[in-house]
Amino acid sequence: METILAFVIGLLFAAGVYMLLRRSIVKLILGIMLLSHAINLLIFTAGGLHKGRPQFTGYGMESDIPNPTDPLPQALILTAIVIGFGITAFFLALMYRFYQVTGTEDLDELKEGDTK
Amino acid sequence: MILPALPVLFPLITIIFLLINFRRREWQPWIGLTGSLLQLMLAVFILVRVKQEGILVLHTGNWLAPFGITLVVDAFSSFMILLAGIIAVSISIYSFEAIDRQRQSFFYFPMVHGLLMGVNGAFVTGDIFNLYVWFEVMLMASFVLITLGGEKKQLRGAVKYVTLNLVSSLFFLAGIGLLYGKTGTLNMADLALKLSIADNSILINTSAVLFFVAFSIKSAVFPFFFWLPASYHTPPVAITALFAGLLTKVGVYAMIRFYTLFFVQDKLFWHPLFLWIGGFTMVVGVLTAASQYDMRKILSFHIISQIGYMIMGLGIFTAAGIAGAIFYMAHNIIAKTNTFLVAGLINRVTGSYDLKSIGGLYKVRPWLAILFIIPAFGLAGIPPLSGFFGKLILISAGFSAGEYVISFVALAVGLFTLFSMVKIWNEAFWKARPENSEPFEGENEKLPLSMVLPVVFLGLLTLTMGVAVKPILDFAMDASAQLLSPGPYIEAVLGSDYQSQ
Repeated sequence: METILAFVIGLLFAAGVYMLLRRSIVKLILGIMLLSHAINLLIFTAGGLHKGRPQFTGYGMESDIPNPTDPLPQALILTAIVIGFGITAFFLALMYRFYQVTGTEDLDELKEGDTK
Repeated sequence: MILPALPVLFPLITIIFLLINFRRREWQPWIGLTGSLLQLMLAVFILVRVKQEGILVLHTGNWLAPFGITLVVDAFSSFMILLAGIIAVSISIYSFEAIDRQRQSFFYFPMVHGLLMGVNGAFVTGDIFNLYVWFEVMLMASFVLITLGGEKKQLRGAVKYVTLNLVSSLFFLAGIGLLYGKTGTLNMADLALKLSIADNSILINTSAVLFFVAFSIKSAVFPFFFWLPASYHTPPVAITALFAGLLTKVGVYAMIRFYTLFFVQDKLFWHPLFLWIGGFTMVVGVLTAASQYDMRKILSFHIISQIGYMIMGLGIFTAAGIAGAIFYMAHNIIAKTNTFLVAGLINRVTGSYDLKSIGGLYKVRPWLAILFIIPAFGLAGIPPLSGFFGKLILISAGFSAGEYVISFVALAVGLFTLFSMVKIWNEAFWKARPENSEPFEGENEKLPLSMVLPVVFLGLLTLTMGVAVKPILDFAMDASAQLLSPGPYIEAVLGSDYQSQ
């Protein structure tokens, strides 16, 4: 399972970086989203994957699971997803406003601010 | 003890009051100012308590470390909280007149306090994932502040600023994931304990490098600084001053915290790297500043160059070096914010930030010249101002640690800083006004008191830090001694029987 996830993470990272390097702002945002998903999976995998070892038991069930899986990485990922969601929403709004004001979504148009 | 949580709660309560009254625009600055003043008083109180009682710890929700989120205030944190309070008060006063009505009624003040909440949270937290969350709080507020108003150039700068800062957050998160996978803990004190007994330092370096890249982007050090001069000159100058004072320093704070508390296994790799990076940051920042003609751009590039000194202090890694970095950080937060505020005053009377189209200010506004000279010469390191002692401490620490190259570089960079400041002085104050320049309608108006007051206040602080070096340096030495021997920190967080666990 780790091997498969490692490949998936690598693929997501590669796709994310590729999208970051494109000229369109929409693709830039997609790139950042892909990267943040890659990192969520990275935390998930680094936290340990164990088959048949639950993190929690339901109410009234036996309370002692031998070797439960660590639930914390999933809590971290949940937080990271929520933060990522907020930031993506902001970035999309920013992009829309940028498009309204400048009439373009080409990142090459950003150069002007650097040279002057 | 609730005290460590209060630096976060005060801005939060201020935000609530600001939002309740958001329709009453004329109340907004006053509520903001009250909140900042209370925050400054709280910061002084915390500093005194830390000095008397040592490290303050709060286990939130009564979940004991290392399981819950721990808030820790040691000498270094309390010092940084005090500086954040000083900047908060100055910016709050300055914003009365400097920020236009429209921005004020569109959540300017709540966002400033949101930023302060994030900054204070980053200073007090003792948990690396919580630090990430505070970074995001701070970033989100800064994203809104940098785009507030929605001018074309602001949006241009904001796209770069937002992208690069998000990439840095992703690096940070990846570092946290890998570190958690290896150690199974997020608590800084527990990490320090676990990593001090782990012997596979090469494996730890994989996440240490990710953290290093993340904090380097945040604090704009050498290969990662490009976003800063591309975006910092775009928002109104009060916002730039706030960013210049606090945001990059939070990155440096996190770097000093991480690389003194738990990433200390591989000194042979990290400390020379810090020295190299610090050196390049100083030189590149100061040389690029020399070629600029927009005041805000010159000052933005100088932020980068000054960060180099703090990284140099970390790279020297002696008690005097770290104390020098802390002292320098205090000096820089105050003086750098002040230079931006003075640039705002110059813009107020000339209508421009471009050095080529202004001049002759010394003749019409001699007091403004004096207000500029104090922080500018402070940055350049002229005695008896604070920058001189900051540089003196760092460079003498460098010489006594045998790091001659970086110390000479630091000396040379001081000279170039002086060159840039003298350039602003010559162009804005000394040379005659360009003949073809159009008259500006605000030229003969009196400067509003609310804009002059914070400049005077920060200028006096620069002078005081120069005159009263000894007590401040003593405090910085205490803070650096605490950082370099993390035993008491770990004990305060994990309890006195931590070694038996």
